[in-house]
Amino acid sequence: MDHNTKDEILHDHHHDGIDRRGFLKCMAWAGTGALCLMRGGVLQSYSLSRLPELKAKDAQAELSFVQISDSHMGFNKPENTDVVGTFKAAIDKINALPLKPAFMLHTGDVSHLSKPEEFDTVQQMLKSASVKDVFYVPGEHDMLNDDGQQFRQRFGAGRQGGGWYSFDHKGVHFIGLVNVMNLKAGGLGNLGGEQLAWMEKDVKHLSKSAPIVVFAHIPLWTIYPEWGWGTEDSAQALSYLKRFGSVTVLNGHIHQTMQKVEGNVTFHTAASTAFPQPNPGTAPSAGPMKVPAEQLRSLLGITDVNYRRGQHALAVVDSSLG
Amino acid sequence: MKRVVLALAIALALGLAASAPFVRAALDEYATEVKIDNFSFTPSTMSVPVGTQVHWINRDDIPHTVVSEDKAFKSKALDTDDRFSYTFSKPGTYKYFCSLHPKMTAIIVVH
Repeated sequence: MDHNTKDEILHDHHHDGIDRRGFLKCMAWAGTGALCLMRGGVLQSYSLSRLPELKAKDAQAELSFVQISDSHMGFNKPENTDVVGTFKAAIDKINALPLKPAFMLHTGDVSHLSKPEEFDTVQQMLKSASVKDVFYVPGEHDMLNDDGQQFRQRFGAGRQGGGWYSFDHKGVHFIGLVNVMNLKAGGLGNLGGEQLAWMEKDVKHLSKSAPIVVFAHIPLWTIYPEWGWGTEDSAQALSYLKRFGSVTVLNGHIHQTMQKVEGNVTFHTAASTAFPQPNPGTAPSAGPMKVPAEQLRSLLGITDVNYRRGQHALAVVDSSLG
Repeated sequence: MKRVVLALAIALALGLAASAPFVRAALDEYATEVKIDNFSFTPSTMSVPVGTQVHWINRDDIPHTVVSEDKAFKSKALDTDDRFSYTFSKPGTYKYFCSLHPKMTAIIVVH
């Protein structure tokens, strides 16, 4: 990878300021740590080694936050016998970020078996993070035996329905969705009518220039239905966001990073801090994937997200734990 | 001779009587266990007589649950090597699935 040349728009055949070849190149870098920024439709990419240069040149991001996911506290099988250690490595990584994040989003499967001590451990460990505020949405592993009652008490007291919610920060509107309740036999994730109605109302009066960030556990785009990697009624949810200029969807569940851009929406899935899963269709089933010990940390990770006013899209950067 | 034959017959009868429960139990265990592994229930369709107790055992390295679609039964989360049992007292077709991974589906037919 050439660290010394700056990528610029070379081919703008569609006249939309997006160099698709450059974009794909940027996406290939994302797995190793690259920053892709869109300013007024112009895409520029920088490798992480040039990040200090970027900071000097441009104003600090107005908003910076981190996504972590799938900590599966309590998991203890051969694929990772030390999920506490890898979670700590993720926290250390967050503490070392050049731009201090305002808060963290945890996109679910906080615990492995919904045990109180598992939730306790995660909350306790996060106290050592320099980032103090954490916003959670549950994964299916957090809903065991009590349909998520414990999760809602710990992380979403007072919220309506299944615990969905929204909040604003520096002009960006965040929407936390729950798509792991009432899963139907043979189905994918689902949001349900009550939550969809709430969401439609929630965004109705927002200005279309407000950047939107939606976060939920199971991917809101169909990645691999055979393994349940998708949400039945996500199209409905996304229809409420059509008029907005910038929509970022952050998900977990699949334990690998994946990104897709569709019109005004950038979809992104985060790596787990606990164990990797196979690429779609490359194994008989989903589930924990055993890799050589020295490779494990390179397949686990965190996601750093930065926003500058006027940018079309939020800059999403994945970094592995090792 | 007759006494020997009679003795043998009694011994045989006793032997058969003694072994029958073991034989039946062995057959029952074989026919009524569902193994959970690799995100599937095996066998995916099982047929049992009314009154049978079916046992599920999770051999996967990830937790699963056993939940019937008509809410007749619902297990707690089963980690590796955990078990769940249910006795089917009514005939019918019981579709069930794993509520964590709903693509995992199977059927018990009770006749």
